[in-house]
Amino acid sequence: MFYREVGEFKTSYRSDQQTFPIALDRTGFIVSLIFAFIIIPLTMSEYWAQAVFLPFLIFGIAAIGLNILTGYCGQVSLGSGGFMAVGAYSCYKLMTAFPDMNIVICILLSGGVTAFVGLLFGLPSLRIKGFYLAVATLAAQFFLVWMFNKVGWFYNYSASGQITAPEREIFGFIVTGAKAETLPVYYVCLVLLVILAVVARNLTRGAFGRKWMAIRDMDIAAEIIGVNPLMAKLTAFAISSFYVGISGALLFALYLGAVEVGEAFSIQKSFLILFMIIIGGLGSIFGSLIGAAFMIGMPVLLKNLLVSNLGWPGDIAAHLEFMIVGLMIVIFLILEPHGLAMLWRIVKEKLRIWPFAH
Amino acid sequence: MSAEFYFGIEVFLNGLMAGVMYSLVALGFVLIFKASGIFNYAQGIMALFAAMTLVGFQEGQIPFAHLFNAMFGTEMHHFGWHMNAFFAIILALGVMVLFAILVEKLILKHLVNQEPIILFMATIGLAYFMEGFGDLMWGSNVKKLDVGIPQGGNFWIEENTAFLGGENFYGFYLDTLDIYATVIATILVVSLVLFSQYTKTGRALRAVADDHQAALSVGISLRTIWVIVWAIAGFVALVAGIMWGAKSGVQFSLSLIALKALPVLMLGGFTSIPGAIIGGLIIGVGEKMFEFLIGAPLLGGATENWFAYMVALVFLVFRPQGLFGEKIIERV
Repeated sequence: MFYREVGEFKTSYRSDQQTFPIALDRTGFIVSLIFAFIIIPLTMSEYWAQAVFLPFLIFGIAAIGLNILTGYCGQVSLGSGGFMAVGAYSCYKLMTAFPDMNIVICILLSGGVTAFVGLLFGLPSLRIKGFYLAVATLAAQFFLVWMFNKVGWFYNYSASGQITAPEREIFGFIVTGAKAETLPVYYVCLVLLVILAVVARNLTRGAFGRKWMAIRDMDIAAEIIGVNPLMAKLTAFAISSFYVGISGALLFALYLGAVEVGEAFSIQKSFLILFMIIIGGLGSIFGSLIGAAFMIGMPVLLKNLLVSNLGWPGDIAAHLEFMIVGLMIVIFLILEPHGLAMLWRIVKEKLRIWPFAH
Repeated sequence: MSAEFYFGIEVFLNGLMAGVMYSLVALGFVLIFKASGIFNYAQGIMALFAAMTLVGFQEGQIPFAHLFNAMFGTEMHHFGWHMNAFFAIILALGVMVLFAILVEKLILKHLVNQEPIILFMATIGLAYFMEGFGDLMWGSNVKKLDVGIPQGGNFWIEENTAFLGGENFYGFYLDTLDIYATVIATILVVSLVLFSQYTKTGRALRAVADDHQAALSVGISLRTIWVIVWAIAGFVALVAGIMWGAKSGVQFSLSLIALKALPVLMLGGFTSIPGAIIGGLIIGVGEKMFEFLIGAPLLGGATENWFAYMVALVFLVFRPQGLFGEKIIERV
């Protein structure tokens, strides 16, 4: 893939191979990092952090994960909610079994556990394709949620069937439990998101990504030119589940604090994440993030507008919210099936030659 | 024979009935998938919406009353009449046809030639929209649906089978509604098959299902066909909505039957009407028997949620196109 721009000349292999080969992207990346690390924490209020920024960061990770599987490798999955539950419950088990272990290590390990589970559910993908696979992944969703509900070992036989995050701290700041402070939580999520996003970006540019995309575009042809479909699909499932699992662990430990599996990781969550990557753009890391921002931010904005500003009853606003989300999805698909990321690309193209069209 | 054994048979029969109900929903999916290659996620919501509309007409509810009341401070709820069930069904059917036309005009027309996943997503968007729209139009409270189908255990069957077992066996308990559903589903399937085999429109439907471009080239209007197919799917949704609505009330959970229909589809194959029926029966019986024999005594119950998917998953590994699906031929 030659993602280059006219007039930018590279004089070394190093600069030719860097993560963001185009200067505009590089500056954009750095500016948004400064924005996310310094300006937003200084200005955000508690409400906005809890309602928008934290869910955005957490679901952004999940969206990147699903985009690796669906957008890059072409395997549609409706089981993300179930995999998030795996992340959350393994994080809980690790936190309670090893109280001295650092919370970040817990979260990363629970990502690993989820990757293994994802690998298991990815095995049928070798035989099952397309919609059949999408529906087959629902098996993961329903089975996992049922299992976490029924098997007492997973929630340490607590009476309510819920899991509650014990208190843990990083560098002296409490990040989980009832006394968690918002700002450290924000930074933990942000750092994880940035690292995972950069890793994902580089994975998709490299040998893994090329194999995935070959499988996505036509698996038989890819097999003939020497891509091992078993390896490609299973790595996609494993890495995708790793991301989704981390997101689930963060959602449970850092954001919600207490989780009831049927509610927090229902099939609605699977669809939410799928919407994010479709609206944002399949096969684009940047797209996953704007898709997540859109799907998290829009309901909050709508609710603020309708309930707080116009004073409508909450239930009507909720119904309207459903209608508007549905309408937006359909309109987006009609206008730009390749998502917001494609829209951004088109705008960039247009601006580059503006105002001289020829 | 022990009472346990007869109880097993009763579970089996109830599984068959449940399977018929699943097939009813799965049928709508198959129709649309065959004709347009769209996996219509909104089928469940369509059943819910159809049932809500039916109840709304029967009770004489004013559409959007809640919204108007909130906006203008009025106090409207009902027109104040009760409509005959038959007319209400006809009217609800009219609404579903209108819905089919609108879907074609506003969505499908613009998405011709897109990838299947995009179309699938569009129907999810449609499902969201309809969920909000239906609630806004008719209110989100749980409604009772009664079109005159008797309900409750069937005493005739119970009395006449009681002699089979021993002292602890009082005859098979079968819900009359389920028996009606079975009969109606059978009639529906037979008439659909007759329609697609022996009418001109039916032949056009099959031609489109076979090959879009070839059908276009001999002068079949794709868009008309799509409207017809969505209207028929709307009709099937209405029937499913009536049956499920009468069974468990008209509420949001009604739309979740779409999720129950998915493993049925996978098992039977996305493109086969008999597949939807037989898949439904297998799933219905399978999940009830599994719950009865293994789930409830050994695994703590509620296995019905996932058992169907697991069966379908394992089954597909050996036969990726389902029982009756067209053989998947892949070319480079």
